This record gives sequence, structure tokens and C-alpha cells, in this order.
Amino acid sequence: MSQTAANKKLVKLLLLGAVAMFGFGFALVPLYDVLCEQLGINGKTNANAAVYEPTVIDTDRLVTIEFISHVQNGMPWEFEPTVTKMQVHPGELIRTSFSAINNGSTHIIGQAVPSVSPGQGAAYFNKTECFCFNKQPLDANSSADLPLIFYVDNALPEHINTLTLSYSLYDITERHLGTALTQGAAR
Amino acid sequence: MKTLTPEIDSQPEAHQEHDHHQPPKGIMRWLLTTNHKDIGSLYLWFSLIMFFIGGAMAMVIRAELFQPGLQLVDPNFFNQMTTVHGLIMVFGAVMPAFTGLANWLIPMMIGAPDMALPRMNNWSFWILPFAFLILLGSLFMEGGGPSFGWTFYAPLSTTYSNDSTALFVFSVHIMGISSIMGAINVIVTIVNMRAPGMTWMKLPLFVWTWLITAFLLIAVMPVLAGVVTMVLTDKFFGTSFFDAAGGGDPVMFQHIFWFFGHPEVYIMILPSFGIISAIVPAFSRKKLFGYSSMVYATASIAILSFLVWAHHMFTTGMPVFAELFFMYCTMLIAVPTGVKVFNWVATLWRGSITFETPMLFAIAFIILFTIGGFSGLMLAITPADFQYHDTYFVVAHFHYVLVTGAIFSIMAAAYYWLPKWTGHMYDERLGKLHFWCSVISVNVLFFPMHFLGLAGMPRRIPDYAVQFADINQIVSIGGFAFGLSQLIFLAVVLKCIKGGEKAPAKPWEGAEGLEWTIPSPAPYHSFSTPPEVK
Ligand code: HEM
Ligand SMILES: [Cu+2]
Repeated sequence: MSQTAANKKLVKLLLLGAVAMFGFGFALVPLYDVLCEQLGINGKTNANAAVYEPTVIDTDRLVTIEFISHVQNGMPWEFEPTVTKMQVHPGELIRTSFSAINNGSTHIIGQAVPSVSPGQGAAYFNKTECFCFNKQPLDANSSADLPLIFYVDNALPEHINTLTLSYSLYDITERHLGTALTQGAAR
Repeated sequence: MKTLTPEIDSQPEAHQEHDHHQPPKGIMRWLLTTNHKDIGSLYLWFSLIMFFIGGAMAMVIRAELFQPGLQLVDPNFFNQMTTVHGLIMVFGAVMPAFTGLANWLIPMMIGAPDMALPRMNNWSFWILPFAFLILLGSLFMEGGGPSFGWTFYAPLSTTYSNDSTALFVFSVHIMGISSIMGAINVIVTIVNMRAPGMTWMKLPLFVWTWLITAFLLIAVMPVLAGVVTMVLTDKFFGTSFFDAAGGGDPVMFQHIFWFFGHPEVYIMILPSFGIISAIVPAFSRKKLFGYSSMVYATASIAILSFLVWAHHMFTTGMPVFAELFFMYCTMLIAVPTGVKVFNWVATLWRGSITFETPMLFAIAFIILFTIGGFSGLMLAITPADFQYHDTYFVVAHFHYVLVTGAIFSIMAAAYYWLPKWTGHMYDERLGKLHFWCSVISVNVLFFPMHFLGLAGMPRRIPDYAVQFADINQIVSIGGFAFGLSQLIFLAVVLKCIKGGEKAPAKPWEGAEGLEWTIPSPAPYHSFSTPPEVK
């Protein structure tokens, strides 16, 4: 092989390597989620409604569920669980809710992002209905009751006795409507 | 390492008939050049200019921190200074300096007439000034340039940054493309252009370390390009890679960034290891101790560098097993690094040592880089890092490894090879003055930062509690002195180019390698016929 042919071949290989690594950078995004889920470290819960299959309710066991909420800095909402702590049996379908009040003077779209702690418990916390699956639009000075229906999987490891469900609420009005619209609405 | 005895010590006469190959005069020579020596000089000058610009920013930082309170600049501008200082020193000063040295030296060290891809070489240099013009230009935009730290953590660089972020992203893309092209060129040159008989285990260590560095560059610069692209689309195009509200995760930014970032710090130190491994034997008049263990140590450091990134993220709430994994892997890197330090010391042992300027810088490197390695080990201890993280202790650590490590090795290299580049000996008296001013002031500058950090002073702040005032004053004085000392270096280089004692082909008695077999200054074309290496 002549020198230039050899050079060309090697350059091609190395360029391919660089392009592959660029792709790998983006592949890290889904990989991150998969790893977190497999290792149970990020506390992410199911993003779509789970289907409740009536199973045995483990009446011998009680699990404490705590609810907490955060509102993004500067967002004029009150957002709180109606019940902050409850005891449930694994397998039991439970209904509870969060209350939200928009104290602002404009229509605001919120988005609640859930997280369960300890992370290993997240996979066993199943929501069959949750306001977090959708956006939460609220007119100025109005309020809403946001429903949540869930059950704890029977297979929840023995050493986990408490699950804490936290919701962080973000203002996604701009992201959702585009900047131009919000500026119009503010006027 | 075997002795390199080339049959032919180049043939300058043979080139006389090729006069039309001599460079055109004026600016066009530099714009169009494909000659590895020209391009090497361009990179080195570019790096020196960036070193002074980034240095000027450091002077602004130290002037503001001379006293508690806000006196000279407003906090937003202060943040721009820390950010752009870091970006310029990493991507504008250290990396181009190494690429410049690679261009000048690798072809001469392996007996090749030029780099394998001379035209691409021209491009990879000439896009760099544009990258930095864009970055520096963004400082003059309304609202200022990037102010989110050289690590551009999301959401600082997404939600909370201004529109100049687009320019920042664009300039990082260009820097990345330039480095990748440079790395490809180095690999192809080393793999395909070695002179007959220049087998792998005869390669000078500078060539070895650069080969491994080039692979690291190809592996991680594209990841950097990817992560800045995600920042760009998150900020301007509504994606939410790092935005929790849209289902993303800001901690993931740190994982992707440091997957690039930690190998990047080794990109900035491996070529230094090569330089020190050339200089220490030359002035000890002994063979390098443990040549092959040096090669293997370099390779293991490079591989391990992919497994330690999360030591920058101990405080992000990782699970304990991850904290332990990254802690032990990080500590493991100290083993091959220690092998290198011991090999250099063993090379010095019973050598007949002389202390010319390159050797002074090399010895300072060994001692001070080791101090930086030790503070790195302290930071690697997870529970201790909870205390040290984001304090001046970290600033002290990485300035010991980068300034007294990477930069000192570049200075050593400049002194060592200047006679080859210019054909003149540099002024030894001035060189020694530069060394002593630098080595004293750099320790006044960075050593007390350890204490500031242990006492809890956070990094990247324009103001601080009064109890830190005295030490900050000492640090600032060290900083100004170090900055001024570098003007001596500029004087030495200019003086050496202009004239000085005529340098022989091999000005250093104990030096080894093909580059010393060609005359000084190295002719425009060298090794047009490959030397025979036995
Ligand atoms: C024995 C070898 C080393 C060890 C164990 C080590 C360990 C560490 C650790 C644990 C941190 C994170 C500190 C924190 O943010 O809390 C750190 C930061 C850093 N290290 Fe090292 N390090 C080593 C060598 C190096 C080398 C050779 C370089 C570069 C030439 C380097 C450059 C840096 C930089 C730039 C940072 C700070 C990054 C930033 O947050 O801006 N380190 N090191
Ligand atoms: Cu690191």
C-alpha cells in the first residue's frame, strides 16, 4: 500500500471514531436513564399510567408514604399535598390529591416532576392516575384539586418501610406557548 | 531505550537545488504554509499570546481579590473573567502549545520529512484564531460574555445565561474541530511516517505520550462538542436534556461534561510527561530509567482516566457504591503516576547533573507536580471532598498540576529546543532569572490557596469574609509577581530569535534523539530522505 493510500485509510478510521464518539455523547442521554432505572438511583417514577391488576393486598405489612412539594423559585403558586403522611398496605389502591392555587395575575401552565426516595423504591411505586402525566394549566387567581391514584407493589423490598414522594413544580408557560404569546398575555 | 544512531545526519546541501521550495515572503508564507515547522511556530506564538491574554484576566481576578469587598469590577464581570480565563488557558494556551511542540518535534524525532497531512495541518491551526476572536468578542456584547465557569454547568449555561452563549458554543465547536484534526494528523504521522528502523519501543517518550494523548482527544473532544450542542438546543431550541421541568436532568450535564473533562486534564499532562522524560536524562547524562514502564504507565493512566470522572461530582448525591467506585479508581491512577515520578528520580540518581534552565524547570516540575498529585489524592477521599469541594483547595490543586505541571513543562521544552528552532543559544542568565522569579512567585501564589480552601473560602467569588484577607493579599502579590516574571520569558525568546551564541547541532551534551542530528536551526526541510535508525 502506498503512503497516501495508507494515510487515507487511517484518516477514515479515525474520523469514523470521532463521529462515533459524537454519537456516543448523545447516546449517554438514554443510557443515563436506563442505568439510573436499573440501579434504582434517580428516584424516577413511571412516566405513563400503570395498570392496576387487583392482587392480594398484603394486610400484614404497612408502608409509610410521605408527600412533599417544591415550587420553582419565583412561581406565584401554592402547591401542597392535602395529606402529608399516610400508611398503606402493599397492593392497595389509594387515592389522594394535591391542591394548587395560582396567586398570579396571569394564566400559568405548571408541570410537576415526581421523584421517589429512596431511589430503590421508585420502581415499586406505581401511579395509575397522576396530574403529573399532564400539564397543569391554571387561570389567574384560581385553584384546583390535582388527583393522584397509586399503589405500592407487593414486591417492595423488606428493608424499605417509608417512601417519600416529592413533586417539584415548574412554570412551563413560556416553553409551552412560546415567548411571543406570554409577552402578549402580560400586556 | 536504544541509542539512536542515524546513518545520515541529514543533507542540507541536497536541498540547495530545491530553492523553489523555500517559503514565500510576508504574511502569505504564514497563511498558506503547510510546513510543520512554520505551523509549529504559529501554534507556539498563538499559545504565548493566549497565555498573556488569559494571564491579564487572572491579574484582574487577583486585583479584585486583593481586598475583601467589591472594589474594581462588578460581580458579573468577575465571573466572566474566571470563566474566560479558564477557557483560554485550557483551550488557548496549554493545548495549542502542546500541538505546536508536536508539530515541530514529532517529524524530527521520528525521521519524517513533515506531518502526514500538511494541508489539514494548515486548517487546524488557522481556524483557532477565529474561535478565540469569537470567544473574546462575546465579552464586548451587551450583557457580557460567558460567566458560568469554564465547566458551563447547566442550568447556569442554559436557563441563567445570556444570548452570548451561542457564541461560546460556536467557538468551542471550532476549538474541538481543530483539536480533532490535529490529533488525527499526529496519529497518522506516527503510525505511517516513522523512519525505517524506528520501531515502537524506540520511539522517544514525547512521541509516545502524544500518540496516546491524540487518542484521548479523538475519544473525548466529540463528547464535548455533543454536550455544548445540548446546551445550545436546551437554551435556544426548546429541548430539555438538562431541564427537569421537561423531563431532563441537570446532574446528567455533569456526568457528560466530566466524561470529557477528566480525560481532558490528562490531555493536558501526558505530553508534559514526555517532555520531562526527554530533559531529565539529557541533563543527568544517563539513560531514562524504566523506558518501557513509562510507556505502559502512560497507557494505563489514559485508560483509567475514563473511569474516574465522577470524582468531580461527589457532592451531587450519588449512591454510596458509586462514590466508593470512583474514589478507588481515582486513587488507582496515583499508582502509574507514581511509577513515572519514581522513574524520573531514579534517572537523576547518581547522574552527573547540570542545572541549565530546562533542567531547572524539569526538576521544579517533578517536585511541584507531585504536590499537585498529593492534593488530588486528598480530594479523591470522598468524605474529605465534601469539605474541600468548590473551595480554594481545589483551585490550589489544579493550578499545581496545570501551572507548575503543564506550563512549567512547556517552558522547559521551549528552553530545551529553542537552540534547535532558532539556531541560537538563549540567554542562560535571563533564563535562570526567569526560572527563579517564576518558581518563587508561583508558590507564593498557589501554596497559600491550600490554606484558604481548608479554612472554607469558596472558589469563583468576587468578595470574601474578612478573615481571609491576609492570605488573599499574599496570594495576589504572588500572582502579580508571577505574571510579571513571564515577561522575562518573552524577552528571552525574542532575544534568542534575534541572535545570540551560535548553537551547534547538539547543544546539550547528554541529549538523545534524531532531532539533534540535524543542524541548528533546523533547515526548512529535514529528513527528506529518511535516516536509518539502528
Ligand atoms: C494523582 C492524580 C490526581 C488526582 C487523584 C486528582 C483528583 C481530583 C479530584 C478528586 C478533583 C475534584 C475536586 C473537587 O472539585 O472537589 C480534581 C479536580 C481537578 N483536577 Fe485533579 N487529580 C489528579 C491529577 C490532575 C491532573 C494531572 C490534572 C491536570 C493536569 C488535574 C486537573 C484538575 C482540574 C482542572 C480540576 C478542577 C476542575 C474544576 O472543577 O474546575 N488533576 N482532581
Ligand atoms: Cu478529574
